Order: sequence, then C-alpha cells, then structure tokens
Amino acid sequence: MDFLYDDEQDALREAVRGLVGKAYSDYENRRQAVKDDPGFDEKLWARMAEMGLLGLPFSEEDGGVGAGPVEIGIVCQELGRVIAPEPYLTSVVLAGGLVSACGTSEQRQEILAALSGGESVLAFAHDESGRGWSPSAEKVTASQDGDAWTLTGVKEPVPHGARADVLVVSAALPDGGTGLFVLDGETADRTGYPAYDGTRAARVAFDATTATPLGEPGLDVTASISTVQDIARVMAANQALGAMQFLLPTTTEYLRNRKQFGVPLATFQALTFRAADMYVSLELTHSMVDWATMVVAKGQPEAVADAARRVSVQVSKAGRHVGQEAIQLHGGIAMTMEYSVGMYTAFLTALDHLLGDGGHHLRELAGAVTTYGALDPLD
Amino acid sequence: MQLDLSEEERAFRDEMREFFTTKVSEEIRTKVAEGRELSKDDLVEAQRALNAAGLAVPRWPVEYGGQDWTEIQFHIWHEEMERACVPTPLPFNAGMIGPVIAHFGTEEQKEKFLPKTANIDIFWSQGFSEPDAGSDLASLRTTAVKDGDDWIVNGQKTWTTLGQYGDWIFTLVRTDPDAKKQAGISMLLIDMESEGLEVRPIQLIDGGHEVNEVWFEDVRVPGENLVGELNGGWTIAKFLLGNERVGVAPSGIIKRVIARIKGLAEDRFADDPLLRARIAELENELLALELTTMRVAANSVDGKPHPASSVLKLKGSELQQAVSELVLDLAGPAGLASGAGDDSDLTEWERNAAPLYLNLRKASIYGGSNEVQRQIISRGILGL
Repeated sequence: MDFLYDDEQDALREAVRGLVGKAYSDYENRRQAVKDDPGFDEKLWARMAEMGLLGLPFSEEDGGVGAGPVEIGIVCQELGRVIAPEPYLTSVVLAGGLVSACGTSEQRQEILAALSGGESVLAFAHDESGRGWSPSAEKVTASQDGDAWTLTGVKEPVPHGARADVLVVSAALPDGGTGLFVLDGETADRTGYPAYDGTRAARVAFDATTATPLGEPGLDVTASISTVQDIARVMAANQALGAMQFLLPTTTEYLRNRKQFGVPLATFQALTFRAADMYVSLELTHSMVDWATMVVAKGQPEAVADAARRVSVQVSKAGRHVGQEAIQLHGGIAMTMEYSVGMYTAFLTALDHLLGDGGHHLRELAGAVTTYGALDPLD
Repeated sequence: MQLDLSEEERAFRDEMREFFTTKVSEEIRTKVAEGRELSKDDLVEAQRALNAAGLAVPRWPVEYGGQDWTEIQFHIWHEEMERACVPTPLPFNAGMIGPVIAHFGTEEQKEKFLPKTANIDIFWSQGFSEPDAGSDLASLRTTAVKDGDDWIVNGQKTWTTLGQYGDWIFTLVRTDPDAKKQAGISMLLIDMESEGLEVRPIQLIDGGHEVNEVWFEDVRVPGENLVGELNGGWTIAKFLLGNERVGVAPSGIIKRVIARIKGLAEDRFADDPLLRARIAELENELLALELTTMRVAANSVDGKPHPASSVLKLKGSELQQAVSELVLDLAGPAGLASGAGDDSDLTEWERNAAPLYLNLRKASIYGGSNEVQRQIISRGILGL
C-alpha cells in the first residue's frame, strides 16, 4: 500500500510540465490555441509525440512505449492542470485504447504506430442522439456484403471528429451486438464545431460508407468498449484532478490579493471557509483518483468498472463544487472568457459529461449496493 | 504507487484480525456491534486485553509500551479494531495524557503514571473546556495559585466526558494572571479524590449522562503534579490537540454501521431506489475518506501529520452524523419509542436510533469543532 510516485514517474511529470505546462502557462496561449480549427496546437501535439507521450499506453510491438496507467494518469493530470485542448483523452486513451484492445495485430501496428508518431489523430465516433451514455450503438448500423462492410447513420457529438485522420466507429451489427469499425475520416460526411470548453466536436454522418471491421468481423465488442471507457473515465478523473488543483490555489491567491471595502477578500470568513471546503473536496478526490488509477494498473475488468464508477461519482461532485465555488469566490471576473477560471469550470463540466456524470454512475452503484456487505479497498 | 498490501502487511492484518476477534470479550464486542452503552468495567476490561498484548498504546514511544510500526500498520491496527467491534483504547489515556507525560513529564511522573495509564489502572478525565472557554480554549479562567510547594486550584471545567468514572484529571489552569492569555497557562494533574473537587452530571439531549462539570474549590495539588514547564501549558495543549486530530476519522465504525444498515433494511431495497442511492453515496464518501486516511498515513513523515489531517476530522464527523441520520430515517415512526424497554415489540436499534442521532451531533463540535478545522485549513494550509 503506497501512494507515492517513484523517481521515474516524478521525472515524467516534470518533463510533461516542461512541455505542456510551459506551453500553456500563460492562459492567453490556450485561448489562441482554441481560436481556430482544429482547436489545439498541432506543433505541441507533434512534440508530445516526440516525447513519447502519445504512444505511452501502447505496447512496443505496436509502436508504443508500453507504460502503465500511473504514467498515463500523470500525463492526464498535467494536461488537466493547464486544460490543454489537445485530444489526448479522446484520441490516445479512448480511440487508441479501443484499437489496442480490439484490433488485429496488423491494425494495431499500423494505426497505433501512426498515432504514437503524431502522424495520425484518432477519434471515437460513438455517441448517438438521445441514447445518453451507453457502451453500445444503435442508430449507426453496419451492413455486410461478403467481406465488405458499410455503415449508415449519424454519430454526434464526436470529439475532434472533423479533424481526425482515422475514425473508430461503433455500430449495431446485423446479428445483434455492437461492433467497431475504422475508416478514413475524409470518407465520412463531417460538420465540425466548437464545444463550450474550447475543444472541437462534430456531427459525423455515414451513408453506406465503406468501413473496415476492427478486429474480428461481426464480433460483439460491447464489453471491450465498456472496459476502455472505464479506463478513460479514470484518466478523465486524473485530468479533472489536475484542473481542480489549479483552481484552488488560483482562487485562494485571488482572495488574498483582491481588495473590496478597503480590505483583502481573505478577511471575510464567509469566503475563506468556502475555500476550506474546496480543499476538503480536492483532497478526497485526490485519494480516489490515485486509488482508481492503481486499480486500473491491476487490470481486473470488474474491479476497474467499479473503480471507474466510484471515482466518477466523486469527481463529478467535487468538480462541480470546486468549479462553481471558484467562479463564485472570484466574482464577475471569472465570468469572462479572458480570465482562466471560468474556462476551467467549463472544461470540468465537459469532462463530467463525456463518459457519464455522477448521477449516471451513482445509479449503477445503487443498483449493486445489496450485492456486498462492507466495502473494503484493501480486500 | 502500489494498491496491495505487502506480504508483511497482510500477515500483520491477519494477526490483528485474529487477535481482536478472539482475545477481546465477545460480550463487549456484541454490545459495541449493537450500539449499546459500555460500562466502565467494559472499557477497562477491553483495554487491559489489548494492553496485555502490547496493543493498547502503540503510538506511545517504544520505551513506554509503544510499537515501532509503520503508519500503514497503525492504520491497519485501527481499522481491524473498529471492524471487530473492539472499543478503541480510552482516548483520554491512550491518545491524550499518555503521550503528553511521555513527552513532557519528569522521570518520576513517567514511572508513576504511564504503566497505570496504559492499563487504565488510572481512568483519566480531561479538564480543558470551561463555560467561557470552548473553541477559544486560551481564555480559560480556572486558577492555580502557589501555596508553599503546592498549588491551590479554583474554578470550573465542563464537558468532561465520562468524568463520573475518572480517577485523575489533567487540567489546564491559569498560573500567571498577568501574562498574555496563552502565556499564563500550565498543566496540572489532579487526583479526583481531592477535597474540594466535585463532579456534577450534565444531561445531554439524548437523555444520557456522558459529560460532566468538574468544580474546584480550594483544591490542593502537590507541586510535583505540574507537567512540563510552568506557564508552558499552551505548548502541551497544542501537542495534545494535534495528536487528537491524527487518525480521528472513525471510518471502521461508519463502515460497520453501513453494513449493518444493509442487513436491517434488506427487505426494503427492492422498492426503494432512493434508499439504495443514499447508501451508495455514503459508501462512496466513506471510501474517499478511508483512502485519504491511508494516503495521509502513507505520506506522514516522522510522525508529523500530513496537512490533510483536518479533512479527516471534518469529513469523518459529517459522515458519522449522516449515517446516524439514515438509521433514524430507516427506523421511521418506531424511532419515537426511545423510552420503551426490552419488552417492547420494537427492535433495539429502532429504539436507539433517535438518541444516537441526537448524541452524534457532538461529533462536529468536539475535538476542535468543524469550524475550527475550517479555520486550520484556511489559515494553516491555504494561507488565508
């Protein structure tokens, strides 16, 4: 039982900070990066590839680095700390994770090597109108004609869907279940737009569009999608932790420096006590995020699913609390696009709703509450 | 980063589990499990069983009966004890005055008090709070005036928990009325049999008698009972209160109650999604608290508490209260029968639910109220 990082992990964090943290240390740089399409800094993305960050989760045979969840979590925390708009979570962890989990060895080597090298951006086209958070697909359907497969239907919103070189698409299979397909992004009908956190999303339409099955054709991979989503949930929690770790000190610094009625805001206990409550939320969240990341490292899918739900419930609650209070304690300035705090809260909000919010996951936990007695993280 | 316990830690846990479930009276543990009140004899018997095995005061210095454990071992000891429904060692003895005497006491005091304190041959009471000195402890007014080698103590202490059982009381008294308020305070150990000392019960909102007033009228205390330096009491008080906050989150107890709720409410779950959600949410918050306890323990260096320790007190008390609230809600109308005896048709937990809920309002007040904890966080950690 150990919550401490080793020297190599500390060095990785320093390196990521030196690159990404430095790039966005001035919040104005982030504003500029999201101003025009593709909504992130392609040069920074290339440098992340050079540093080996994009290939971190993938095996060396597949062109990756073969690092573990703790290392990926560190990268996600540092990206979250500066709310970097680069599509690390959706492209590398989620879409790349699916290719890694379900692809044939040729597909893995081709797609993941290009992703790791920064030559190809991936997107996971999965969400469908009116279906909430689900590991399955319904509205985009797959049809088979001999060895050839086509997809029909609409996916929306697809994070970074308009920029992606390769789309990983979930689709309802002819014989039931959900399959995964890959296709060249340009072959789909795509309409991109900015999301409220500055990143990009898209409507992606397929009309008998040719696609290649990822892995074994016709295989129901709903369970694999679920597990990769669970891992992505834990990594999203790492990003959210980084963002919250920025919001608290930024807020307390403001309370110390901002004067009203001739005195610093920190004079008012009505404000400082609320900052103390933010600290409580943050510390509890920190523990849960570390724990969930370690559960992912152990790799048992059911345990990962449980940890993903639990950390998501905590992060959802804390992210809303810390984000909302950061704005309120700042006052009007945090309502502006020019100042970072409001956008951090927007970023946390988007993360919260990417793969299931607190209520969604609490419902799952509540359903299973009678299946065990006491909950013991050490058993 | 490593989730699993090491082989040694697992073996240690098994050893603790085995000890607590076999070497401490079943009768006492059942009382704890069912939330019944413990007698003085129960508390003493349980602690003596632990003390005989060197498990009553592990946090004391090794030379006085403590254990040379890692923070994770301390954590496992505490968790397993609560899990097995073993009453935790008397806080006044094990957590408060013992470490103080070991740290600040004279050799004579150590010899005279420490073995008896570990074994509850002396049942200690705490004499800190006064009617006008609660969270603002330093404004206390009980005086000690020198008379030859002795001190003459006058004044009143309050909220003295289990003072009705107390043999001795450790007190903060004002020894220099002219000094700035923190600077004129000393710690005196007072035999509760002394002439002029009177314990008066305070009835609490749960109807029980748990705390007391302690009155001092010209109580004569030998000079040798001064702990540490004259007028150095505030330093000792800070040391003691700092110890009190470490590891104070009763996560093992909360966990046990939640597991019990599941058993009690088994037949209601199917039609009550709200109840399931409340339990799931409490469990998740408890998990966060427990993990934080472990993270704080793992990151404590040289016994210096991690700054997040205040989080444990704040969140631990809130969760303890929330769980008692849920138990009372589950009892529903049956909760009104708090005065019914054992021949009632209602179960004991239903009858006890409301008094327990009311009693636990104390948890966010004692040990440094939750507002004091927020102050510690905002000033000490956030620099506000």
